Amino acid sequence: MKPTTFHPLARLLHWLMAVLIVAMLLIGVSMVGDLSLRHPVMVELHKATGLALLALVLLRIALRLTLPHPPLPSDIPPLQRLAAGASHLLLYALMLAMPLLGWAMLSAGGYPRPLQLPAIAPHDLQLYAILRTAHGWAGYLLFATVVLHLGAALVHALVRRDGVLRSMWPGPVRRSE
Amino acid sequence: MNTPLSGPAKAWRLAGIGAGLLAVSAGFAYAAGWIGSPALTPQRIIDTFEAQAGHHPGYRKNHAKGVCVSGYFQSSGQAASLSSARVFAQPRVPVIGRFAIGGANPSTPDTGVPVRSLALQFSSDDGQVWRTGMNNPPVMAVSTPEAFYEQVLAMTPDPATRKPNPARMQAFFAAHPESTAFRQWAAGYKPSDSFASTHYHSINAFRLIDANGSSQPVRWQVEAQTPFAALPAQVEDNRYLQHDLAQRLKQGPLRWTLRLVLAEPGDAVDDPARPWPAERRSIDAGTLVIETVDAPEQGACRDLNFDPLILPNGIEPSADPILAARSAAYSESFNRRSRESLDTGARP
Repeated sequence: MKPTTFHPLARLLHWLMAVLIVAMLLIGVSMVGDLSLRHPVMVELHKATGLALLALVLLRIALRLTLPHPPLPSDIPPLQRLAAGASHLLLYALMLAMPLLGWAMLSAGGYPRPLQLPAIAPHDLQLYAILRTAHGWAGYLLFATVVLHLGAALVHALVRRDGVLRSMWPGPVRRSE
Repeated sequence: MNTPLSGPAKAWRLAGIGAGLLAVSAGFAYAAGWIGSPALTPQRIIDTFEAQAGHHPGYRKNHAKGVCVSGYFQSSGQAASLSSARVFAQPRVPVIGRFAIGGANPSTPDTGVPVRSLALQFSSDDGQVWRTGMNNPPVMAVSTPEAFYEQVLAMTPDPATRKPNPARMQAFFAAHPESTAFRQWAAGYKPSDSFASTHYHSINAFRLIDANGSSQPVRWQVEAQTPFAALPAQVEDNRYLQHDLAQRLKQGPLRWTLRLVLAEPGDAVDDPARPWPAERRSIDAGTLVIETVDAPEQGACRDLNFDPLILPNGIEPSADPILAARSAAYSESFNRRSRESLDTGARP
């Protein structure tokens, strides 16, 4: 039988990564236009958090594929069901792509990598240009997808009131209602 | 489970959710600097360089004209007690470098500007990398990125003379008394006839970290072992310094001493405009040996960003605000020239 809520570990990962991803998007977009003493601090933080998020997303994908998860409410129209599936697939793809693009772009730009990680792309200026641009646009797309995800979660909780948000809620789940 | 909302209650809640998402997006736009106060950005500094010197696709946006060199660093071992960086202990460290002249126009004659620079990358055998960009003046004219930007604006070439307006420069220096040491250097500057006989200074300070974690503020300089000879009064060759360097390297390697100058309490560690007293203790960290030079704008240095904050363990940045701004602006320059290289195939 399908559970009605996500596994506690899945919920923990979701909210931990939610906080880190929002922080990363804000740091990333502000550090490129900043030349104060905050700039180098933000760049270091961005690289370290990016690496942590790469490890977390791999764990998360493994959990998503192995743990049972609650189904969407049965009265959701097929088109919305499709949109929900596609947007979650996009979120996973971007969560995985962002740190990999960051790592690859540092490699292609001839930059040192945190923890002296090996290069995953050849040192090539034109390849760097592609990866750097892709990292930026994937970041904007991830932000847009996160906003969409947040909006959908709020519609489930406040308008449809169907228990979808509750299935991912970080605290104890109230049984009554 | 509650029943779904409908009617006005539903409309109000949807509007509220929409407003919330809009606020989140506005926060993102604010963090990106798209809305709000127009602070000085790396983009604006690079835009200004390009507005003054022209758009030169594929080239570095400052110190645009240079040559790649390679060689090695022979550590003396004397700095190993002050910094745990492997580069100060390893006997022979491979080095990639770049000699350049100041300015954002890659067709400026080599002898047309006073500022010369040497950028280096040391790659030690523990896999760590140290990059440093050094100039021939020992100090900057200013202490902050904002004042640097004012200086760049004050140096805008006059359309009639194609040179900076002297009155405007004078007004800038009058408004910036911190530029005293730089002006003294400029007044006494006698250009040498070679990159090889020029000294190069880190200008910004850093911190050496020893094996116990103790920190020692430091500036470094590479001092030419080639004796000084004055630049001839008349130079016809646009690539005089580049040709001279190639000529000398045909005869044999060229050497510089890497000297670490140690600050004492009270010295201006975070201010690149203020010199330290001349009697400060210094350490001969080893000898830089340059062996080969590549064709102009070719070679291993070309696709590197000599970001002065790329440091090995054992060297840390100071809190000099110009150092942080250099890192940010170099990154913007690197990003732009990489895109230009992709879009137009332009490679210098």
